[in-house]
Amino acid sequence: MDDVMLRSLTPGVLGILVRRGADFAAAEDAVQDALAEAVRVWPADRPRDPKGWLVTVAWRRFLDATRADAARRRREDLVEEQPAPGPATAVDDTLQLYFLCAHPSLTPSSAVALTLRAVGGLTTRQIAQAYLVPEATMAQRISRAKRTVSGARFDRPGDVATVLRVLYLVFNEGYSGDVDLAAEAIRLTRQLAAGIDHPEVAGLLALMLLHHARRAARTASDGSLVPLAEQDRGLWDTASIAEGVGILQTALARDRLGEFQAQAAVAALHADAPTAEETDWVQIVEWYDELARLTDSPVVRLNRAVAVGQADGPRAGLAALAKLDESLPRYTAAAAYLHERDGDLARAARLYAEAALKAPDLAERDHLTRQAARLNSRRSG
Amino acid sequence: MAKYLLLKHYRGAPAAVNDVCMDQWTPEEISAHMKYMHDFAARLEGTGEFVDGQALAPEGTFVRYDGEGRPPITDGPFAETKDLIAGWMVIDVDSYERAVELAGELSAAPGAGGNPIHEWLELRPFLTEPPTITE
Repeated sequence: MDDVMLRSLTPGVLGILVRRGADFAAAEDAVQDALAEAVRVWPADRPRDPKGWLVTVAWRRFLDATRADAARRRREDLVEEQPAPGPATAVDDTLQLYFLCAHPSLTPSSAVALTLRAVGGLTTRQIAQAYLVPEATMAQRISRAKRTVSGARFDRPGDVATVLRVLYLVFNEGYSGDVDLAAEAIRLTRQLAAGIDHPEVAGLLALMLLHHARRAARTASDGSLVPLAEQDRGLWDTASIAEGVGILQTALARDRLGEFQAQAAVAALHADAPTAEETDWVQIVEWYDELARLTDSPVVRLNRAVAVGQADGPRAGLAALAKLDESLPRYTAAAAYLHERDGDLARAARLYAEAALKAPDLAERDHLTRQAARLNSRRSG
Repeated sequence: MAKYLLLKHYRGAPAAVNDVCMDQWTPEEISAHMKYMHDFAARLEGTGEFVDGQALAPEGTFVRYDGEGRPPITDGPFAETKDLIAGWMVIDVDSYERAVELAGELSAAPGAGGNPIHEWLELRPFLTEPPTITE
Protein backbone atom coordinates (compact mmCIF):
# COMPACT_ATOMS: atom_id res chain seq x y z
CA MET A 1 0.00 0.00 0.00
CA ASP A 2 1.37 3.36 -0.99
CA ASP A 3 1.04 5.69 2.01
CA VAL A 4 2.20 8.75 0.12
CA MET A 5 -0.37 8.15 -2.62
CA LEU A 6 -3.16 7.72 -0.08
CA ARG A 7 -2.03 10.88 1.70
CA SER A 8 -2.08 12.86 -1.52
CA LEU A 9 -5.62 11.66 -2.32
CA THR A 10 -7.08 12.32 1.14
CA PRO A 11 -7.55 16.11 0.94
CA GLY A 12 -9.29 15.87 -2.44
CA VAL A 13 -11.73 13.25 -1.16
CA LEU A 14 -12.36 15.23 2.01
CA GLY A 15 -12.87 18.38 -0.06
CA ILE A 16 -15.50 16.69 -2.24
CA LEU A 17 -17.45 15.53 0.79
CA VAL A 18 -17.33 18.98 2.36
CA ARG A 19 -18.42 20.60 -0.91
CA ARG A 20 -21.35 18.24 -1.12
CA GLY A 21 -22.50 19.52 2.23
CA ALA A 22 -20.97 17.09 4.69
CA ASP A 23 -20.06 18.50 8.06
CA PHE A 24 -16.27 18.71 8.38
CA ALA A 25 -15.88 16.38 11.35
CA ALA A 26 -18.31 13.82 9.92
CA ALA A 27 -16.58 13.99 6.53
CA GLU A 28 -13.22 13.39 8.18
CA ASP A 29 -14.52 10.33 10.03
CA ALA A 30 -15.98 8.98 6.80
CA VAL A 31 -12.72 9.51 4.93
CA GLN A 32 -10.76 7.75 7.69
CA ASP A 33 -13.15 4.80 7.41
CA ALA A 34 -12.67 4.75 3.65
CA LEU A 35 -8.88 4.79 4.05
CA ALA A 36 -9.03 1.89 6.48
CA GLU A 37 -11.20 0.02 4.00
CA ALA A 38 -8.70 0.80 1.22
CA VAL A 39 -5.81 -0.60 3.27
CA ARG A 40 -7.86 -3.79 3.74
CA VAL A 41 -9.19 -4.24 0.19
CA TRP A 42 -6.69 -2.72 -2.23
CA PRO A 43 -3.77 -5.14 -1.88
CA ALA A 44 -6.00 -7.87 -3.35
CA ASP A 45 -8.21 -5.75 -5.58
CA ARG A 46 -6.76 -2.38 -6.51
CA PRO A 47 -9.31 -0.06 -8.17
CA ARG A 48 -8.53 1.57 -11.51
CA ASP A 49 -9.63 4.97 -10.18
CA PRO A 50 -8.41 5.07 -6.54
CA LYS A 51 -9.77 8.53 -5.86
CA GLY A 52 -13.20 7.76 -7.29
CA TRP A 53 -13.24 4.60 -5.20
CA LEU A 54 -12.38 6.52 -2.02
CA VAL A 55 -15.03 9.16 -2.74
CA THR A 56 -17.69 6.52 -3.28
CA VAL A 57 -16.84 4.58 -0.13
CA ALA A 58 -16.40 7.69 2.03
CA TRP A 59 -19.65 9.16 0.79
CA ARG A 60 -21.49 5.91 1.55
CA ARG A 61 -19.98 5.88 5.05
CA PHE A 62 -21.00 9.47 5.55
CA LEU A 63 -24.57 8.75 4.45
CA ASP A 64 -24.75 5.69 6.70
CA ALA A 65 -23.55 7.70 9.65
CA THR A 66 -25.90 10.54 8.85
CA ARG A 67 -28.87 8.20 8.44
CA ALA A 68 -28.08 6.56 11.73
CA ASP A 69 -28.25 9.91 13.40
CA ALA A 70 -31.88 11.01 13.58
CA ALA A 71 -30.92 14.55 14.52
CA ARG A 72 -29.20 14.92 11.18
CA ARG A 73 -32.09 13.76 9.02
CA ARG A 74 -32.68 17.25 7.77
CA ARG A 75 -29.13 17.50 6.46
CA GLU A 76 -29.51 14.13 4.80
CA ASP A 77 -32.40 15.51 2.72
CA LEU A 78 -30.11 18.34 1.71
CA VAL A 79 -27.20 16.17 0.64
CA GLU A 80 -29.38 13.69 -1.27
CA GLU A 81 -30.04 16.44 -3.77
CA GLN A 82 -26.36 16.66 -4.61
CA PRO A 83 -24.86 14.91 -7.67
CA ALA A 84 -23.76 11.29 -7.46
CA PRO A 85 -20.15 10.43 -6.58
CA GLY A 86 -17.64 10.33 -9.39
CA PRO A 87 -14.27 11.64 -10.50
CA ALA A 88 -13.82 15.35 -9.83
CA THR A 89 -11.05 17.89 -10.22
CA ALA A 90 -8.83 17.79 -7.17
CA VAL A 91 -7.71 21.37 -6.89
CA ASP A 92 -10.95 23.27 -6.35
CA ASP A 93 -12.13 20.94 -3.62
CA THR A 94 -8.79 21.07 -1.84
CA LEU A 95 -8.84 24.86 -2.00
CA GLN A 96 -11.97 24.91 0.11
CA LEU A 97 -10.13 22.90 2.71
CA TYR A 98 -7.30 25.43 2.83
CA PHE A 99 -9.74 28.18 3.65
CA LEU A 100 -11.69 26.06 6.11
CA CYS A 101 -8.51 25.08 7.97
CA ALA A 102 -7.34 28.69 8.16
CA HIS A 103 -10.70 29.82 9.50
CA PRO A 104 -10.36 33.13 11.40
CA SER A 105 -11.98 31.66 14.52
CA LEU A 106 -9.13 29.16 14.97
CA THR A 107 -6.00 29.89 16.94
CA PRO A 108 -2.79 29.70 14.88
CA SER A 109 -1.72 26.39 16.44
CA SER A 110 -5.15 24.85 15.81
CA ALA A 111 -5.19 26.11 12.23
CA VAL A 112 -1.75 24.61 11.66
CA ALA A 113 -2.74 21.24 13.12
CA LEU A 114 -5.98 21.09 11.16
CA THR A 115 -4.25 22.05 7.91
CA LEU A 116 -1.63 19.32 8.33
CA ARG A 117 -4.35 16.82 9.12
CA ALA A 118 -6.99 17.73 6.53
CA VAL A 119 -5.00 19.23 3.65
CA GLY A 120 -1.71 17.46 4.27
CA GLY A 121 -3.29 14.14 5.17
CA LEU A 122 -0.78 13.54 8.00
CA THR A 123 -1.72 11.31 10.89
CA THR A 124 -2.31 12.78 14.33
CA ARG A 125 0.73 10.86 15.52
CA GLN A 126 2.97 12.40 12.85
CA ILE A 127 1.78 15.92 13.67
CA ALA A 128 2.25 15.30 17.40
CA GLN A 129 5.80 14.08 16.77
CA ALA A 130 6.62 17.10 14.65
CA TYR A 131 5.44 19.47 17.37
CA LEU A 132 6.90 17.41 20.25
CA VAL A 133 3.62 17.07 22.12
CA PRO A 134 1.91 13.87 23.27
CA GLU A 135 -0.39 12.31 20.69
CA ALA A 136 -3.39 12.70 23.01
CA THR A 137 -2.74 16.45 23.28
CA MET A 138 -2.61 16.82 19.52
CA ALA A 139 -5.75 14.70 19.08
CA GLN A 140 -7.58 17.07 21.42
CA ARG A 141 -6.26 20.12 19.61
CA ILE A 142 -7.45 18.76 16.29
CA SER A 143 -10.86 17.69 17.51
CA ARG A 144 -11.42 21.10 19.15
CA ALA A 145 -10.45 22.72 15.87
CA LYS A 146 -12.91 20.51 14.02
CA ARG A 147 -15.67 21.46 16.42
CA THR A 148 -14.85 25.13 15.94
CA VAL A 149 -15.22 25.01 12.16
CA SER A 150 -18.12 22.59 12.29
CA GLY A 151 -21.05 24.07 10.43
CA ALA A 152 -18.93 26.62 8.57
CA ARG A 153 -19.99 26.76 4.93
CA PHE A 154 -17.59 27.53 2.15
CA ASP A 155 -19.16 28.69 -1.06
CA ARG A 156 -16.56 31.35 -1.67
CA PRO A 157 -12.86 31.66 -0.92
CA GLY A 158 -11.85 33.06 2.45
CA ASP A 159 -8.90 35.24 3.28
CA VAL A 160 -5.81 34.22 1.29
CA ALA A 161 -3.54 36.10 3.69
CA THR A 162 -4.65 33.90 6.60
CA VAL A 163 -3.99 30.72 4.63
CA LEU A 164 -0.52 31.97 3.71
CA ARG A 165 0.24 32.83 7.33
CA VAL A 166 -0.71 29.31 8.40
CA LEU A 167 1.49 27.74 5.71
CA TYR A 168 4.41 29.97 6.68
CA LEU A 169 3.97 28.92 10.33
CA VAL A 170 4.20 25.29 9.25
CA PHE A 171 7.31 26.05 7.18
CA ASN A 172 9.06 27.79 10.05
CA GLU A 173 8.62 24.87 12.44
CA GLY A 174 11.51 23.00 10.86
CA TYR A 175 11.19 19.30 11.39
CA SER A 176 11.50 16.38 13.73
CA GLY A 177 10.10 12.89 13.76
CA ASP A 178 9.40 11.38 10.38
CA VAL A 179 7.77 14.43 8.80
CA ASP A 180 9.77 17.29 7.37
CA LEU A 181 7.40 20.18 7.98
CA ALA A 182 9.32 22.60 5.76
CA ALA A 183 9.05 20.21 2.81
CA GLU A 184 5.42 19.56 3.68
CA ALA A 185 4.68 23.31 3.74
CA ILE A 186 6.31 23.67 0.32
CA ARG A 187 4.22 20.82 -1.05
CA LEU A 188 1.02 22.37 0.30
CA THR A 189 1.91 25.85 -0.97
CA ARG A 190 2.69 24.40 -4.39
CA GLN A 191 -0.74 22.79 -4.42
CA LEU A 192 -2.34 26.07 -3.39
CA ALA A 193 -0.40 27.98 -6.05
CA ALA A 194 -1.68 25.54 -8.67
CA GLY A 195 -5.26 26.28 -7.73
CA ILE A 196 -5.25 29.98 -7.01
CA ASP A 197 -3.99 32.88 -9.04
CA HIS A 198 -2.47 35.28 -6.52
CA PRO A 199 0.99 36.92 -6.61
CA GLU A 200 1.43 36.57 -2.84
CA VAL A 201 0.90 32.80 -3.04
CA ALA A 202 3.68 32.73 -5.62
CA GLY A 203 5.71 35.06 -3.37
CA LEU A 204 5.39 32.70 -0.41
CA LEU A 205 6.28 29.67 -2.53
CA ALA A 206 9.37 31.49 -3.86
CA LEU A 207 10.35 32.55 -0.33
CA MET A 208 10.06 28.99 0.99
CA LEU A 209 12.05 27.53 -1.91
CA LEU A 210 14.81 30.11 -1.48
CA HIS A 211 15.08 29.55 2.28
CA HIS A 212 14.85 25.79 1.91
CA ALA A 213 17.61 25.78 -0.72
CA ARG A 214 20.08 26.95 1.94
CA ARG A 215 19.09 24.46 4.61
CA ALA A 216 21.98 22.02 4.16
CA ALA A 217 24.45 24.85 4.72
CA ARG A 218 22.70 26.40 7.70
CA THR A 219 23.86 23.94 10.36
CA ALA A 220 27.23 22.29 10.94
CA SER A 221 27.55 18.55 11.50
CA ASP A 222 27.36 19.04 15.28
CA GLY A 223 24.05 20.89 14.94
CA SER A 224 25.47 24.37 15.53
CA LEU A 225 24.22 27.33 13.53
CA VAL A 226 26.26 28.61 10.57
CA PRO A 227 25.57 32.28 9.80
CA LEU A 228 24.80 33.25 6.21
CA ALA A 229 28.18 34.87 5.58
CA GLU A 230 30.05 31.71 6.62
CA GLN A 231 27.89 29.17 4.81
CA ASP A 232 29.41 26.88 2.21
CA ARG A 233 27.54 28.12 -0.85
CA GLY A 234 28.43 24.92 -2.66
CA LEU A 235 25.85 23.21 -0.43
CA TRP A 236 23.03 25.46 -1.62
CA ASP A 237 20.43 23.74 -3.78
CA THR A 238 20.79 25.63 -7.05
CA ALA A 239 17.77 24.00 -8.70
CA SER A 240 15.56 25.15 -5.85
CA ILE A 241 17.07 28.66 -6.02
CA ALA A 242 16.49 28.86 -9.77
CA GLU A 243 12.90 27.75 -9.35
CA GLY A 244 12.29 30.26 -6.53
CA VAL A 245 13.81 33.12 -8.50
CA GLY A 246 11.75 32.22 -11.58
CA ILE A 247 8.49 32.11 -9.62
CA LEU A 248 9.36 35.39 -7.90
CA GLN A 249 10.13 37.19 -11.16
CA THR A 250 6.80 36.14 -12.67
CA ALA A 251 4.99 37.34 -9.55
CA LEU A 252 6.84 40.68 -9.41
CA ALA A 253 6.06 41.31 -13.09
CA ARG A 254 2.39 41.48 -12.15
CA ASP A 255 3.07 44.59 -10.12
CA ARG A 256 0.97 43.64 -7.09
CA LEU A 257 3.68 43.70 -4.48
CA GLY A 258 3.09 42.12 -1.09
CA GLU A 259 5.02 41.18 1.99
CA PHE A 260 6.02 37.68 0.88
CA GLN A 261 7.24 38.80 -2.54
CA ALA A 262 9.39 41.49 -0.91
CA GLN A 263 10.83 38.98 1.58
CA ALA A 264 11.49 36.55 -1.27
CA ALA A 265 13.29 39.35 -3.14
CA VAL A 266 15.67 39.78 -0.18
CA ALA A 267 16.23 36.00 -0.03
CA ALA A 268 16.84 35.95 -3.80
CA LEU A 269 19.51 38.66 -3.52
CA HIS A 270 21.31 36.59 -0.89
CA ALA A 271 20.99 33.45 -2.98
CA ASP A 272 22.29 35.28 -6.05
CA ALA A 273 25.57 36.41 -4.52
CA PRO A 274 28.52 34.14 -5.40
CA THR A 275 30.21 35.16 -2.11
CA ALA A 276 28.97 36.96 0.99
CA GLU A 277 31.12 39.99 0.08
CA GLU A 278 29.42 40.32 -3.29
CA THR A 279 25.92 40.56 -1.77
CA ASP A 280 23.99 43.50 -3.19
CA TRP A 281 23.26 45.14 0.18
CA VAL A 282 22.11 48.41 -1.40
CA GLN A 283 19.26 46.63 -3.16
CA ILE A 284 18.48 44.63 -0.02
CA VAL A 285 18.05 47.88 1.93
CA GLU A 286 15.64 49.07 -0.78
CA TRP A 287 13.58 45.89 -0.41
CA TYR A 288 13.50 46.36 3.36
CA ASP A 289 12.20 49.87 2.75
CA GLU A 290 9.39 48.35 0.68
CA LEU A 291 8.73 45.79 3.40
CA ALA A 292 8.63 48.46 6.10
CA ARG A 293 6.10 50.36 3.98
CA LEU A 294 3.95 47.22 3.51
CA THR A 295 4.03 45.87 7.05
CA ASP A 296 5.23 48.64 9.33
CA SER A 297 6.80 45.87 11.40
CA PRO A 298 9.55 46.75 13.91
CA VAL A 299 11.26 43.44 13.17
CA VAL A 300 11.58 44.49 9.53
CA ARG A 301 13.15 47.79 10.67
CA LEU A 302 15.63 45.83 12.75
CA ASN A 303 16.62 43.72 9.75
CA ARG A 304 16.83 46.88 7.72
CA ALA A 305 19.26 48.40 10.24
CA VAL A 306 21.56 45.39 9.88
CA ALA A 307 21.37 45.66 6.08
CA VAL A 308 22.17 49.39 6.31
CA GLY A 309 25.19 48.41 8.41
CA GLN A 310 26.37 46.26 5.50
CA ALA A 311 25.58 48.77 2.78
CA ASP A 312 26.76 52.00 4.44
CA GLY A 313 29.03 50.81 7.25
CA PRO A 314 28.44 49.80 10.90
CA ARG A 315 28.06 53.39 12.14
CA ALA A 316 25.12 53.94 9.79
CA GLY A 317 23.64 50.62 10.95
CA LEU A 318 24.00 51.59 14.60
CA ALA A 319 22.36 54.94 13.90
CA ALA A 320 19.39 53.16 12.28
CA LEU A 321 19.27 50.74 15.22
CA ALA A 322 19.26 53.58 17.76
CA LYS A 323 15.82 54.69 16.51
CA LEU A 324 14.28 51.32 17.41
CA ASP A 325 12.90 49.84 20.60
CA GLU A 326 15.60 47.95 22.53
CA SER A 327 13.14 45.30 23.67
CA LEU A 328 12.70 43.97 20.13
CA PRO A 329 13.66 40.34 19.65
CA ARG A 330 17.28 40.06 18.43
CA TYR A 331 17.92 43.78 19.00
CA THR A 332 20.85 42.99 21.29
CA ALA A 333 22.28 40.43 18.86
CA ALA A 334 22.11 42.97 16.02
CA ALA A 335 23.77 45.63 18.19
CA ALA A 336 26.53 43.16 19.14
CA TYR A 337 27.18 42.36 15.50
CA LEU A 338 27.35 46.03 14.45
CA HIS A 339 29.62 46.97 17.37
CA GLU A 340 31.95 44.11 16.48
CA ARG A 341 32.19 45.34 12.89
CA ASP A 342 32.82 48.81 14.26
CA GLY A 343 35.80 47.45 16.20
CA ASP A 344 34.38 47.76 19.73
CA LEU A 345 35.09 44.15 20.67
CA ALA A 346 34.59 44.48 24.44
CA ARG A 347 31.14 45.95 24.03
CA ALA A 348 30.27 43.43 21.31
CA ALA A 349 31.29 40.50 23.54
CA ARG A 350 29.16 41.82 26.41
CA LEU A 351 26.16 42.28 24.09
CA TYR A 352 26.53 38.81 22.54
CA ALA A 353 26.48 37.25 26.03
CA GLU A 354 23.40 39.31 26.91
CA ALA A 355 21.72 38.34 23.63
CA ALA A 356 22.40 34.66 24.33
CA LEU A 357 20.29 34.88 27.49
CA LYS A 358 17.36 36.13 25.42
CA ALA A 359 17.74 33.70 22.53
CA PRO A 360 14.53 31.86 21.63
CA ASP A 361 16.13 28.53 20.73
CA LEU A 362 19.10 26.40 21.64
CA ALA A 363 20.99 26.66 18.35
CA GLU A 364 20.78 30.44 18.42
CA ARG A 365 21.75 30.62 22.09
CA ASP A 366 24.80 28.43 21.55
CA HIS A 367 25.76 30.44 18.49
CA LEU A 368 25.61 33.74 20.41
CA THR A 369 27.49 32.28 23.39
CA ARG A 370 30.19 31.11 20.97
CA GLN A 371 30.38 34.61 19.45
CA ALA A 372 30.92 36.09 22.92
CA ALA A 373 33.46 33.38 23.73
CA ARG A 374 35.30 33.99 20.45
CA LEU A 375 35.69 37.73 21.17
CA ASN A 376 36.54 37.17 24.84
CA SER A 377 39.19 34.55 24.12
CA ARG A 378 40.67 36.70 21.36
CA ARG A 379 40.97 39.67 23.70
CA SER A 380 42.47 37.73 26.59
CA GLY A 381 44.61 35.38 24.47
CA MET B 1 12.81 1.01 37.56
CA ALA B 2 12.35 4.43 39.08
CA LYS B 3 12.31 7.80 37.43
CA TYR B 4 14.50 10.67 38.55
CA LEU B 5 14.56 14.29 37.50
CA LEU B 6 17.99 15.88 37.06
CA LEU B 7 17.83 19.64 37.38
CA LYS B 8 20.48 22.01 36.14
CA HIS B 9 20.23 25.47 37.65
CA TYR B 10 21.02 28.87 36.18
CA ARG B 11 21.23 30.02 39.78
CA GLY B 12 20.04 28.84 43.13
CA ALA B 13 22.47 25.94 43.31
CA PRO B 14 25.80 26.22 45.17
CA ALA B 15 28.62 27.51 42.96
CA ALA B 16 30.39 25.01 40.74
CA VAL B 17 34.06 24.23 41.36
CA ASN B 18 35.10 25.31 37.86
CA ASP B 19 32.73 28.26 37.92
CA VAL B 20 33.47 30.27 34.78
CA CYS B 21 30.66 31.88 32.80
CA MET B 22 30.25 30.22 29.42
CA ASP B 23 30.96 33.35 27.38
CA GLN B 24 34.45 33.33 28.91
CA TRP B 25 35.19 29.88 27.45
CA THR B 26 36.70 29.36 24.03
CA PRO B 27 34.38 28.27 21.22
CA GLU B 28 36.18 24.89 21.21
CA GLU B 29 35.43 24.44 24.92
CA ILE B 30 31.77 25.16 24.25
CA SER B 31 31.71 22.60 21.46
CA ALA B 32 33.35 20.00 23.72
CA HIS B 33 30.77 20.69 26.43
CA MET B 34 27.84 20.37 23.99
CA LYS B 35 29.26 17.15 22.62
CA TYR B 36 29.61 15.71 26.12
CA MET B 37 25.99 16.49 26.99
CA HIS B 38 24.79 15.12 23.67
CA ASP B 39 26.85 11.92 23.95
CA PHE B 40 25.64 11.43 27.50
CA ALA B 41 21.98 11.57 26.44
CA ALA B 42 22.67 9.34 23.44
CA ARG B 43 24.36 6.74 25.62
CA LEU B 44 21.42 6.68 28.05
CA GLU B 45 19.06 6.25 25.11
CA GLY B 46 21.17 3.26 24.20
CA THR B 47 20.89 1.75 27.70
CA GLY B 48 17.17 2.49 27.81
CA GLU B 49 17.57 4.84 30.76
CA PHE B 50 16.76 8.11 28.99
CA VAL B 51 13.20 9.45 29.24
CA ASP B 52 13.29 13.08 28.19
CA GLY B 53 15.29 16.25 28.52
CA GLN B 54 14.91 19.91 27.61
CA ALA B 55 16.75 23.18 28.08
CA LEU B 56 14.82 26.12 29.51
CA ALA B 57 15.12 29.84 28.85
CA PRO B 58 16.53 31.89 31.74
CA GLU B 59 13.49 34.13 32.06
CA GLY B 60 10.92 32.67 34.43
CA THR B 61 7.88 34.11 36.17
CA PHE B 62 6.10 33.19 39.37
CA VAL B 63 2.34 33.25 38.93
CA ARG B 64 -0.36 33.12 41.61
CA TYR B 65 -4.16 33.08 41.70
CA ASP B 66 -5.34 36.46 42.95
CA GLY B 67 -8.99 35.81 43.73
CA GLU B 68 -12.28 35.54 41.89
CA GLY B 69 -12.62 37.73 38.81
CA ARG B 70 -9.06 39.03 39.01
CA PRO B 71 -6.22 38.20 36.66
CA PRO B 72 -3.45 35.99 38.06
CA ILE B 73 -0.66 38.02 39.57
CA THR B 74 2.92 37.61 38.50
CA ASP B 75 5.94 38.49 40.55
CA GLY B 76 7.66 41.84 40.27
CA PRO B 77 11.28 42.66 39.57
CA PHE B 78 12.65 40.33 42.23
CA ALA B 79 14.14 37.80 39.83
CA GLU B 80 17.57 37.89 41.42
CA THR B 81 16.30 36.05 44.50
CA LYS B 82 14.83 33.18 42.53
CA ASP B 83 16.13 29.74 41.89
CA LEU B 84 16.09 29.30 38.11
CA ILE B 85 16.15 26.00 36.28
CA ALA B 86 18.34 25.91 33.17
CA GLY B 87 17.26 22.51 31.97
CA TRP B 88 16.19 19.09 33.00
CA MET B 89 16.60 15.48 32.12
CA VAL B 90 14.42 12.61 33.21
CA ILE B 91 16.09 9.24 33.59
CA ASP B 92 14.54 5.89 34.40
CA VAL B 93 17.04 3.78 36.33
CA ASP B 94 17.20 0.67 38.49
CA SER B 95 18.43 2.27 41.68
CA TYR B 96 19.12 5.48 43.54
CA GLU B 97 22.83 4.62 43.33
CA ARG B 98 22.66 4.51 39.55
CA ALA B 99 20.84 7.88 39.47
CA VAL B 100 23.56 9.44 41.63
CA GLU B 101 26.26 7.90 39.45
CA LEU B 102 24.71 9.38 36.29
CA ALA B 103 24.13 12.79 37.86
CA GLY B 104 27.77 12.81 38.90
CA GLU B 105 28.80 11.98 35.38
CA LEU B 106 26.67 14.79 33.96
CA SER B 107 28.14 17.21 36.49
CA ALA B 108 31.60 16.35 35.14
CA ALA B 109 30.84 17.86 31.71
CA PRO B 110 33.91 19.77 30.54
CA GLY B 111 33.95 23.56 30.92
CA ALA B 112 36.61 26.26 30.87
CA GLY B 113 40.10 24.95 30.21
CA GLY B 114 38.57 21.62 29.20
CA ASN B 115 38.25 20.72 32.91
CA PRO B 116 35.08 19.34 34.48
CA ILE B 117 32.66 22.03 35.70
CA HIS B 118 31.81 20.13 38.90
CA GLU B 119 28.46 21.90 38.89
CA TRP B 120 25.74 20.99 41.40
CA LEU B 121 22.84 19.14 39.83
CA GLU B 122 19.64 18.57 41.74
CA LEU B 123 18.39 14.97 41.74
CA ARG B 124 14.69 14.47 42.51
CA PRO B 125 12.89 11.14 42.50
CA PHE B 126 9.43 11.03 40.92
CA LEU B 127 6.64 10.11 43.29
CA THR B 128 4.93 7.00 41.99
CA GLU B 129 1.37 5.75 42.08
CA PRO B 130 0.69 3.58 45.12
CA PRO B 131 0.76 -0.12 44.29
CA THR B 132 -2.60 -1.81 43.76
CA ILE B 133 -1.82 -4.47 46.31
CA THR B 134 -0.31 -3.64 49.67
CA GLU B 135 0.79 -6.31 52.10
